[in-house]
Amino acid sequence: MIKTLSKSIREYKWASILSPIFISLEVLMEVIIPFVLAMLIDEGINFKNSAGETVGNTENLIKYGLFLVGCCLLSLLFGFLAGDFAAKASTGFAHNLRKDMFYSIQNYSFKNIDKFSTSSLITRLTTDVTNIQNSYQMLIRIAIRSPLMIIFSLTMAFYISPKLGSVFLYALPLMVAVLLLIMRFTFPLFEKMFKIYDKLNRVVQENLRGIRVVKSFVREDTETQKFHTVSKDIYNISLKAERLIAFAAPLMQFTVYSLMLIVSWIGAKLIVDSNGTALDAGELTSMFTYTMQILMNFMMLSMVFVMLIMSRASGKRIVEVLREVPDLHNRENPVYEIKDGSIEFENVSFSYSGESENLCLEDISFKINPGETVGIIGSTGSSKTTLVSLIPRLYDVTKGRITVGGVDVKDYDLEALRDAVSMVLQKNVLFSGTIKENLRWGNENATDDEIIHACRLACADEFISTFPEGYDTYIEEGGTNVSGGQKQRLCIARALLKSPKILILDDSTSAVDTATDSNIQKAMAGYIPETTKIIIAQRISSVEHADKIIVLDDGKISAIGTHEQLLESSEIYSEVYTSQQKGGLK
Amino acid sequence: MAGPMKHNPAHMGKKIALDKNQAKTLKRLAGYIWKGYKFRFMLVFLCILVTSIVSAVSAKFVGTVFDDYILELIGAANPDYSELLGEIIRTAIIFLAGIVAVLLQNLLMVTITQNIMKSVRDDMFEHMQTLPIKYFDTHTHGDIMSYYTNDTDTLRMMISQSIPQLMSSVITIAVYFYFMITTNVWLTLFVLLFVGLTMFITGKIASKSGKYFVTQQASIGKINGYIQEMITGQKVIKVFNHEDKTKSEFDTLNDELCDTAYKANKFVNILGPITGNLGHLQYVLIAVVGGILSISGFALAPSLGAIVSFLLYSKSFTMPINQVAQQASSIIMALAGAQRIFDLMDECEEKDEGYVTLVNAKETDGKLTETPEHTGIWAWKHPHRDGTTTYTRLAGEVRFYDVDFAYEKGKTVLHDISLYAEPGQKVAFVGATGAGKTTITNLINRFYDLEDGKVRYDGINIKKIKKQDLRRSLGIVLQETNLFTGTVMDNIRYGKLTATDEEVVAAAKLANAHGFIKRLPMGYDTMLENNGANLSQGQRQLISIARAAVADPPVMILDEATSSIDTRTEALVQRGMDALMHGRTVFVIAHRLSTVQNSDVIMVLEKGRIIERGTHDDLIRQKGQYYRLYTGDTELE
Repeated sequence: MIKTLSKSIREYKWASILSPIFISLEVLMEVIIPFVLAMLIDEGINFKNSAGETVGNTENLIKYGLFLVGCCLLSLLFGFLAGDFAAKASTGFAHNLRKDMFYSIQNYSFKNIDKFSTSSLITRLTTDVTNIQNSYQMLIRIAIRSPLMIIFSLTMAFYISPKLGSVFLYALPLMVAVLLLIMRFTFPLFEKMFKIYDKLNRVVQENLRGIRVVKSFVREDTETQKFHTVSKDIYNISLKAERLIAFAAPLMQFTVYSLMLIVSWIGAKLIVDSNGTALDAGELTSMFTYTMQILMNFMMLSMVFVMLIMSRASGKRIVEVLREVPDLHNRENPVYEIKDGSIEFENVSFSYSGESENLCLEDISFKINPGETVGIIGSTGSSKTTLVSLIPRLYDVTKGRITVGGVDVKDYDLEALRDAVSMVLQKNVLFSGTIKENLRWGNENATDDEIIHACRLACADEFISTFPEGYDTYIEEGGTNVSGGQKQRLCIARALLKSPKILILDDSTSAVDTATDSNIQKAMAGYIPETTKIIIAQRISSVEHADKIIVLDDGKISAIGTHEQLLESSEIYSEVYTSQQKGGLK
Repeated sequence: MAGPMKHNPAHMGKKIALDKNQAKTLKRLAGYIWKGYKFRFMLVFLCILVTSIVSAVSAKFVGTVFDDYILELIGAANPDYSELLGEIIRTAIIFLAGIVAVLLQNLLMVTITQNIMKSVRDDMFEHMQTLPIKYFDTHTHGDIMSYYTNDTDTLRMMISQSIPQLMSSVITIAVYFYFMITTNVWLTLFVLLFVGLTMFITGKIASKSGKYFVTQQASIGKINGYIQEMITGQKVIKVFNHEDKTKSEFDTLNDELCDTAYKANKFVNILGPITGNLGHLQYVLIAVVGGILSISGFALAPSLGAIVSFLLYSKSFTMPINQVAQQASSIIMALAGAQRIFDLMDECEEKDEGYVTLVNAKETDGKLTETPEHTGIWAWKHPHRDGTTTYTRLAGEVRFYDVDFAYEKGKTVLHDISLYAEPGQKVAFVGATGAGKTTITNLINRFYDLEDGKVRYDGINIKKIKKQDLRRSLGIVLQETNLFTGTVMDNIRYGKLTATDEEVVAAAKLANAHGFIKRLPMGYDTMLENNGANLSQGQRQLISIARAAVADPPVMILDEATSSIDTRTEALVQRGMDALMHGRTVFVIAHRLSTVQNSDVIMVLEKGRIIERGTHDDLIRQKGQYYRLYTGDTELE
């Protein structure tokens, strides 16, 4: 995981290295400063004359004082640079991570996209990256700083007095053991707690989404009861976990205070026994400072450790996105030219898993000539969408072969193939921007005339021209400010602008009224006769004039034929037809 | 919850001062704490006091142990350590008291915090259940969710960490200030001046970083919006070969975010070194200046020994001051969260002035009387002002008299709606999106209250009926099926909590759902999660029909119940629906005209008015809007 993530550091490698270096220098200063401060006190303030009276020494005061001011300034400089580089490194790392993820998502095939839910991809790109950014900054700052601080302080403590320093050797392992013990007991609790939090969120979310159901059935009390149960669970487990954590700080203090007392006892003996030569007052004070520093940094380190472990989940989720391998590739020397809009399915089977079990499509064979109009009818779950998705190679067939213009779709350059095969998706999306900008997705260089022409064919011009701002009308995100039928017509126009050899409409006129629907059909038959048109529809009226109609049932072709033929031969078709006849007066 | 600290330094730049609203929120919050945990909180305060004093003592110990004990022992021929040992033991006892106080404080705070969190959560949810539908229609779910996540979490941090730390900081500051000023007034003054300077500098930097955090927040908003939109439309991007363009647009936003995030973080990062080194500087200056003054015998100067202890005090004095500044900004942030939570709790409850209730009744000699047991006969119990009570049999007759309605004042969406539905009749509403179909049903179950006119249910003005009882007599099936996490059995039983397993199965059979449920891996005990994601749309709808069926209400509202189902599946669902509709008053809203054809009356709505009404045949004969819709000449929506 770390290896995959660290690939995104790239140009911020230097900042990531420089930051710890300057932090080390800053730490060095922070260790030197109390040491010199001790000398300042000993040789400046507590300076004794030959008679042993404390008289102070101005010269030493100024000397050490100036030296210390210099140290402070240096430390400030190092601290500044370290902070600057750390910010650069962490935000840069996050920047690259986001970029790498976004780019790799752009290279995903439909199969890859299906694997992740939209909302989970969004969380990974936003919250998870932020978590990693914070952890990374923490890592290069504190995870370097604290151990260094501990090592330096320990060294200094030993330097001042090996005997006193050795006290730490006993205290530290004890601390580690205690902290690890607390962590070992709290981590599972916290993990459990997060799970219950998910449950709480779920209860609230379901309540919000189904509030009309709740109110209609007068189930407010049931819902509140449900919530209380989860809330109580959280309460119990939090109490348990945090009570354990509550012991951490007192334990810490216990260690600090014990060390202080032990140091002063041993220190006092040392001073007295050696008559002040082995240790003096200033040095004793420094010892106290080092004691504090070691323990504080120890605390910090354990905090970083906890944070890093918590962000592990985020890292895992990001790596999943980065490691997902696109499963569709151009073959070598692909074909760039699509001759015409003929399509042939040869014994095609397909399953989303790629295995030969759970087939969505089974043994599909048919042929479509260039310029033909083909309808596809079938109930939900009969794999209509799956069938047409194979033509622009959104998925690869599991068995069999599909040719477009006489060439296997796998032999084409993907981009060229998808430019020639224009598909209007069932779940279609308009993007925030003007109508024109949205339509130019089909063809970036389309002239205004071309755009208007495409909209006329899709019967979209009639409503666009009623908008006060016409083609410059701003479409809100997701196209929420146009009606369903209008949205569908815009999507058709957008697809038409590609001037495709094959046009696929996947249930793209369901919200359009039947009159407009038939106008669109007529326009397409009249103006783009050489384009192959495949129409998936719920309404028989949308496909009844097609050259042939494919009736799908449970992933198999149940019948192929013209409207009239199918009325005769296909039970399913005539069943659907009669069920709609009751509703449609035709 | 030990989630990562959500520190939003966007607020750091703001002046640390409470405005009137925040002061009010703080007071209210304090009330929350004070009310339930007065005694415990006072104990916490006591603990903090002890802790602060102990830590002050520990600093003083360092100074005295040397001056008072060690110095005297140096040079002694036979050093007597007993006095030093005595001092160490005395201090150890004090320390022990401090440690116990910290532990006690932590444990108390955990209980207080968790209790408050629980009651805040519970109060919030309980109150939310009483809010009118309007509240849910006008607030996004994400927004409401964040009350339960972000806002309670910042509140938790504030109560468990910020407040105790603030208290301890203030006590520490006061204690050391006392130590300092009793040691030397002039040096104290100097420290105060230096602290002022430090605060000035850090304030400047904080305000700069605050500014960058605001721009960073804006960049984050922009890029998140872009990500949201593009990932949602990822398949469209693929189909149009738009990957490269999307990448380059993303790069622009990503670069911008990187730049602002870098600046914002940089200023936060350098804050530490600056305050730290200014602290050192202060230390050095006091030592040098104080030392020189003392040596030169300046009258007001402290003794050299006093300077040593003063140095320690000054360090302990400045540290909590910097902490207070940090705590204050996180408290202000938490107050904003608390404010939002209180806003939710202050939302007005759904008013219910109804007094007519629904009771079990039995009929003897043509007269209805109330009985406690379930008889299958329901009656409206209507107490009158003169003390008498009448019982009206629940039949399911609904009448609208000249009803007007507006969601927002001045924007009337229903005009002059009059209609009647006899018990057992099927009334259909047809019209474009926004014509007011759903609004009419919203008025029947009183999700919203009408502005003008009257609605009568079995002859009783619905305003007089207790909302809960009114809704209990109405069943509803919506286009969007909402199932809850739980078994299929639980989900159907949601319609009637006391239903036996047999009743549930009977309802499922009625709704034509029994067949597929039996084929599920665990039958009726199959767990449904994530709104029944493991079922097809048609199956989900059948369960929600069964749920309405088990409630067995005399009046049903079917709001686009079959719109998102294909025609073949609809035929299956339709059989369930027909069975459900039999013998009930039904209001049907439908997109497909085939669903409403056999209604007793069809109302065509346009812009909040009923423009046509009659049976299917009547309306076809009229050759009006319905006819045009029917022949496909006009588009709905």
